[in-house]
Parts: sequence; C-alpha cells; structure tokens
Amino acid sequence: MSEVKYSKEHEWLKLDGEIATIGITQHATEMLGDIVFVELPDLGSNVEKDGNAGVVESTKAASDVYTPISGEVVENNQSIVDDPAKINSDPENEAWFFKLKIKDKSELDSLMNKDEYDKFSKESAS
Amino acid sequence: MENKKTALNSLHKKYGAKLVSFAGYEMPIQYSDGIIEEHKNTRENAGIFDVSHMGQLFIKGDETLAKNLEKIFPTELSNAKLNQSKYSFLMNEEAGIHDDLIITKVEGGFNIVLNAACKHSDLKLLSRLLDNKYEMILSEELSLIAIQGPKAVKILEKVINGVSNLKFMNGGTFKYLDEDIYITRSGYTGEDGFEISIKNKNTEIFVEKLINEGAKLIGLGARDTLRLEAGLCLYGHDMDINKSPVEANLKWAISKNRIREGGFIGFEKIKSQIEKGVSKIRVGIKPEGKIIAREKTSIFSEDDKNIGEITSGTFGPSVQAPVAMGYVENSFSKIDTKVFLEVRGKKYPANISNLPFYKKSYVKGVSK
Repeated sequence: MSEVKYSKEHEWLKLDGEIATIGITQHATEMLGDIVFVELPDLGSNVEKDGNAGVVESTKAASDVYTPISGEVVENNQSIVDDPAKINSDPENEAWFFKLKIKDKSELDSLMNKDEYDKFSKESAS
Repeated sequence: MENKKTALNSLHKKYGAKLVSFAGYEMPIQYSDGIIEEHKNTRENAGIFDVSHMGQLFIKGDETLAKNLEKIFPTELSNAKLNQSKYSFLMNEEAGIHDDLIITKVEGGFNIVLNAACKHSDLKLLSRLLDNKYEMILSEELSLIAIQGPKAVKILEKVINGVSNLKFMNGGTFKYLDEDIYITRSGYTGEDGFEISIKNKNTEIFVEKLINEGAKLIGLGARDTLRLEAGLCLYGHDMDINKSPVEANLKWAISKNRIREGGFIGFEKIKSQIEKGVSKIRVGIKPEGKIIAREKTSIFSEDDKNIGEITSGTFGPSVQAPVAMGYVENSFSKIDTKVFLEVRGKKYPANISNLPFYKKSYVKGVSK
C-alpha cells in the first residue's frame, strides 16, 4: 500500500496503481462535528482537482467536499450515505468517500505527507 | 470588541466545550460528547444549559406598572398571579417583532427574560415606552441556567427542595447557599424542565452539583436541534421585525381579551390580520428524503412557483430525519401539502408538517 497524501482542504488520498481512494481527515471531522448527511459525486462523472466533489452536513452546517486530484469517479461509498455517522467514527479507513481513476499523476506532487499535514492542520486550527 | 464571558466559562472549558462567539458572548456550541449525544441526553436524561447571555430585566413598580405594560404587550398582566409566567412579544406599530420574551409577575414588579442579541435595545425601547417612570435593572450579577429533560425534576429537587411543586410556566423563590434564587418551570426544548436565575458567584458550584446528580452540560448546538424538533421559534430566524406573531403562527400567545379590548402596540395590525388572514405564515416542513434544507432555502409549489423560504432547518436527532420551519403563502400552509425545496440547485420533495416534530408533554399540574 502506498503512502497517504493530504490536501489543504483536509482530504486524504491513498493511491493503488491508477486508482486513488479519497476521504476526509480525522481533523476535518473534528471541526465539522456530528455528520448527518453526505452527498457523493456520481459514478462515471469527471471531477477536477480542487473542484467540488460532494457535500457533508453536520447538525450545524453544510460543507463542500473537494477532490485533491482530477479523475473519473469509478466507485462511491454508499455505506456512508446510509450511515453518515461512520464518517465520524472511522474517517480515514472504512468511511472513504469515492475512488478515482486518476488523470494526471503529477497533480499528486502538490499534496502533503502525514508530517506536513499534521503541522498544517495544527497551525490552521489555532 | 472582546466577547463577554459567563460565570461558567472555566467550567465549560473543563468539560471540553468548543467555544464560539454568540451575541457578544463566548458560548459553548458543544462539549466533548457532540451535538447528537447532547441532544439525546436531554431527551432521555437531563441537560444543563448556560443561557446567561440572555437578558434578565427586572422592572420595579406598583399596580400602575401592569397597566402600563399592557399598553405595550399583547398580554394580560393586570390579572397575572404572583410567580406566573407568560410568553409575549415586544412589537412595533406594524406588529413586527422586536423580541419575543417571557414576563413573570414577581414581588414588587415584573421579571422579563430577553434574547441576548436584543436585550440592550429592548431596555432602551422599554424605558422610552414607560417614560422612564419605573426603575429597570438589566442584571449583570445573575446567571441563567436551564435544566431540561425527563430527569430534570428529580435532579433539581435533590439540590433545591420543593421545585417539584412548581407548575408549568410558574415560578418561585428558593434558597441556595443563603442567597435567593428564582426558579421557573419552563424551557426551550420540548421537555419538562426549569430555568434558574442565580447569583454569578454561586453558579459554578450549583451546576457542578447538578452534574454530580447526573445531568450533563449541553451546548447551543443541541439547544437549536432540540427547540427546532419542539417547533419553537428562534428570534432573528423564525421571527423578526418584518413578521408579526400572527404570521409566525403564534396567535395563541395573544390573549383573546386583549384582542377584543386592544390598547397595545401593534393592535390594529394584529386585529386586521386575525380578521382578514395573512398572506404568509410559519409552518413546519418535513423533507421526504435525507436532504437538509437550511435557512434561506427557497420553497416551491408543485407547479414550480416560489411560495416561500425556510427560516430554520437541521437534522432532528430524535426524529431521525431532517426537519425545518419556514414561511409559505397561506394557501400552501395546509398540513400534508406537497412542496419542493431547492438545495444546491436541485429540488427535493417535502411536506408541510404539524409542529412540533417531536412531542412530549410539559408538566401542567403538580407532579411528585
């Protein structure tokens, strides 16, 4: 399994060959609070790096989900649509959002590794 | 301007509060359990709310005061019994709502509980309307704590003997640490409960006692989901200066005698709205699916006409579904009318619904 990468919008990305699995980070769920609704991008749709790729809503507010890289949506996780609370309990494993067939591997270069992201999220929280 | 802190600020932090700026105060939006757990704990057990940001106004006066307040409020106050509370509105001549409030007849005058964001302007307006004839004290020394939920009465009774005898919308003076505290049986959650006016210096120890007896601190986030499930209005959202109590579907709060007699601010408008009806009215709205329609969501009829707007909407943790309130054209206000809510450019089906979404009876008589 390859290294996990992180975006400034608090998404994580795990690469497996041409396929990237994407979700939101633990830090993001802590900021959002209890998640009660999620909307995922349609299967087969093409999403653009840093563009909208779904919505999560907590009891308090709605927030956009962005995709850290471009690609075609080849799978989306219906289990989190049925039970959005999973996103709070296991955001960086079971509660992934969608899988992309990636378009341009070089887009990965702008993402952070775990240490960089931890530092970034700590700074942006304060 | 720096936010004010309530007497419970350090206690909030101790229990893991996420603090936010609200109406000029640093207030807890949630604690470490999160909004859904806090909501459920209030429905099943007992929740403690710090609502000390709200205004606690005491107006001192003789029997002329009740008469003069009746020239302002659409509520019967001359015949109010000692310790009786009434829900009322401070309106303008057009019956637009400056604030919604609770007035309680107390020894030597009236207590009025005001919304935090409105309290200073309310005080100015009321002083002017009363010609500065009465002493008015907007307290800085008192905290306001609510305890709500099915176990609220048992828990509070352990700390303050005798509160279980209070009837809904009635209050009384009790003693705590040799100081007077004033308690009413009331709240904003749809649950049985109490609101406690207590000296700032005794608030923390009092709340710690309630926690030791099994109640948990609840933030403003769950307060909002609780009140919305209970169908209760939030000032500045579900009602404001451009809406009247009749439009807000709160006609029940205006006494029939006062509507007959008149003589309060906004009377002409209220009377005409009751006689001729209103063009828009507040309703409950239940989306058919999981979609959450927030404040400012447009409401459409089946033939795609824009007929109104959502004023509050969230996910109801006890209802286990999204819930909302809003204003629609009167002809679309019948229960079960199908409407559509436009969320992120798509229209989703919903139905006009009865309020409250979640029903539990308040204690009306004496309970032991």
